[in-house]
Amino acid sequence: MATTLTVNGTAQEVDLPENVPLLWALRDALNLTGTKFGCGVSACGACTVHIDGEAVRSCQIPIGDVWGEVTTIEGLGTPDALHRLQKAWIDHQVAQCGYCQSGQIMQAAALLAETPTPTDDDIDAAMQGNLCRCGTYPRIRAAIKSAAEGA
Amino acid sequence: MASIGKIARRTFLFGAVAVAGGAAFGAWYVSRPAPNPLKPAEGEASLNAFVLIDGDGVTLVAPRAEMGQGTMTTWAALIAEEMDLAWEDVRVIHGPPAQAYYNSALMGEGLTHKGYDASSFQHSLGEVMGVMGKVFSMQVTGGSTAMKDGYERMRVTGAATREMLKTAAAQRLGVGLDELRTENGAVIAVDGTTIPYSDLAAEAAEVEPPSVELRERSDWKLLGTSLPRKDIPGKSTGTAQFGIDTRLPGMRYAAVRISPTRGGMKSFDAFEASRMAGVEKVVDLGDGLAVIATNTWLAQQAVDAIPVEWAPSSYPETTEDMTRAIKAAFDAEPNSTLRDDGDTAKLPSGALRIKAEYSVPFLAHATMEPMNATAWFDGTHLRIWCGNQGPTFLRDACAAEAGIAPEEVEVNVTLMGGGFGRRGEFDYAVIATRVAKALPGTPVNVTWSREEDMTHDFYRPAALARMTGAVLDGKALTFDAQVSSPSIAEQALDRWVGFAPGGPDKGIVDAIYNQPYGIPNYRVTGHKAEITPPLGFWRSVGASYNGFFHESFMDELAHAAGADPLQFRLDLTRDEWLPAYYVLEAVRDMSGWTGQTEDGVGRGIAMVYSFGTPCAMVIEVRDVDGTIRLTNAWIAADPGVALDPSIIEAQLTGAMAYGLSAAIGEEITFAGGVAEQKNFPDYDPLRMPQMPAVEVRILENQKRLNGIGEVGTPPAAPALANALFDLTGKRVRDLPLNKAFEFYV
Repeated sequence: MATTLTVNGTAQEVDLPENVPLLWALRDALNLTGTKFGCGVSACGACTVHIDGEAVRSCQIPIGDVWGEVTTIEGLGTPDALHRLQKAWIDHQVAQCGYCQSGQIMQAAALLAETPTPTDDDIDAAMQGNLCRCGTYPRIRAAIKSAAEGA
Repeated sequence: MASIGKIARRTFLFGAVAVAGGAAFGAWYVSRPAPNPLKPAEGEASLNAFVLIDGDGVTLVAPRAEMGQGTMTTWAALIAEEMDLAWEDVRVIHGPPAQAYYNSALMGEGLTHKGYDASSFQHSLGEVMGVMGKVFSMQVTGGSTAMKDGYERMRVTGAATREMLKTAAAQRLGVGLDELRTENGAVIAVDGTTIPYSDLAAEAAEVEPPSVELRERSDWKLLGTSLPRKDIPGKSTGTAQFGIDTRLPGMRYAAVRISPTRGGMKSFDAFEASRMAGVEKVVDLGDGLAVIATNTWLAQQAVDAIPVEWAPSSYPETTEDMTRAIKAAFDAEPNSTLRDDGDTAKLPSGALRIKAEYSVPFLAHATMEPMNATAWFDGTHLRIWCGNQGPTFLRDACAAEAGIAPEEVEVNVTLMGGGFGRRGEFDYAVIATRVAKALPGTPVNVTWSREEDMTHDFYRPAALARMTGAVLDGKALTFDAQVSSPSIAEQALDRWVGFAPGGPDKGIVDAIYNQPYGIPNYRVTGHKAEITPPLGFWRSVGASYNGFFHESFMDELAHAAGADPLQFRLDLTRDEWLPAYYVLEAVRDMSGWTGQTEDGVGRGIAMVYSFGTPCAMVIEVRDVDGTIRLTNAWIAADPGVALDPSIIEAQLTGAMAYGLSAAIGEEITFAGGVAEQKNFPDYDPLRMPQMPAVEVRILENQKRLNGIGEVGTPPAAPALANALFDLTGKRVRDLPLNKAFEFYV
């Protein structure tokens, strides 16, 4: 029943039924806990990862349907080699509770890959699926803009 | 009770000295707390309950729950300031649950004076009340009290620790204390000899803590600046560990379904579920079920597949029935009359009387991280990992569940993905303990689905208000508010410490009886509705609805008086309490308030005094193709001392967003005793496109340091409702506002 997933550049086997969502293979089988569970119904964005660079909700994609290489927050950058968005997130002191921020950063990374200098409307459109209960939206917006300028 | 009296007397003296004479502290104050719970390992030394030093440097204990409010950063900075530590070298841990970490400020919050007018005597009385926190081992993060609690205590701790280290160095070098100074975590002698704290710790631990004087604010290096938060790098790289991220050797994953009526379970059939993929065990929890599996999702699928018949709720089954009970409480004797100035019945000729009724619904906390806890029980010892705001209460409740002594329970407090009061409860940890008991020797991570989280909250109660007021000659003459709501404190305190004090429930009328407006005839009565749906503390508690009642009606009075709503408030605060006047003045200037707005634009003002801090807010709305868009917000607050401006700005902004979320679109309703909203589509918080641009100003005009984590929430709903009135001429008195207006999405 093993499924092979390529996650953060490494092919890994997970021994789970094919209908298990990618989120739960990442978190519980591969111990990549940076990707968060928030709602399970694609309504909050906490579980956002990339498949072949596209931002997707990992709670909605069965592992049997994963069509490409998966990148999680751990693969985007590390504490010693930060992605420019992660650096901007730290510079702007964005996080409060921090639980949604992995998803926010992955969503923002996909936005910048497609739209290197997004307008406020671009940011609204891209980020509207990612909830933050702490209300860090103004700093998220500022961090995205500064990362875009630094590109 | 003799010992309580003794502690109280000492604390009273301390309070009197602190207020009258500034910082003059005895060693007893540092050494007074309960036994040091830190157990230094080989090569470590603990100088007190808050400082641990090993060969690598200094670790500080910030025993307040980090749920996003930045408490671990600023708490540590209070100690580090006086210890002369380099900020980048400071490590911070939460530490174990312990009496030593009691909250000395929380109980003082229960006093029923207005707060802003507190005399030195009343302030001291608050500190006397504070020791009750020690008696009950109240290690609680809540009530916006962490900084109030730690502001002096932690600087004294830091200063005493520094002096202990200096004394150890003086003994070793054979020099006087006055020949030594401290900098960047080291003691430095006049000849340049530098001894790092890590090298002095063992000797310093033997030194009796001396009397200390606190530094003047002008000498602060860390406090008062925006420090890089200790938790942010981890939260920006996915490496921060929340409770839900707990991973242990051989761990299993579990999902639960607890009775959504809180009434227990009549029957279930787990035959099919027990044969589903990954399932290892179905556990009958008495009032619900758990499935233990190899994967959280597989556990969830199985537990959801079990047919269950739930027993009915003990509280009224529908929102309508509960509202009826809340309304009926108006007819009973008031539970409190905490403000009764002048004569509100009097109506001089020429005065104009207005009346209005307001309502707010039940609300869920909806933290981003659903409730969860990991428990590991070997039959004798229990180990728990979870985020929580009250670890001593949690420890005792889990011990009772496991049938062991509290000393046999280890509680590891993790970062939490939001608290907002929800994690002041410990139900999720008790449930995890019950699940772990069914699989002795194996750690089990018990994670709730969002649906379980939303339908098993301890809700912010619904509340109703009947407002009567009068204006004369353009001024407020009378303000009479009756508020009815079920009691939060009664059931929450009962869960925490096993009993609830009787008497007036301040929570029902908080932030409506104690507002700093000089209205001559001012009366507030609280009515306690005798229903007991599950209720809990929700960010800003009573102020979350009373701010809306008070400040919406204040707007109605201003319009009845033909006055500008902001000027109306300035006139009423000027002679009552200047810090409130100054925050109003600040938002007037920041927003360029003129009382006039162009077509298609509306502006609203609100000012609420809560948790000791006045917070004024102007919100601007715009008609965008027939929908309402929030475009700008200006916030000014005065916490007395701004310990970390960046964190304060984030708290005010975020608390406003939390209040706006509820004001615009959040509501919990009940049918059959069960919450009808299950997940974010039914209960949708504010999203990025709906968030206004925000400008924050922090003032420091009041004498004492006060709360900041909650004070941005209460003015959000009334400022928005007042802006909508300004835009549309429609006064909406019932939340959420999306029932009356269409908002931009």
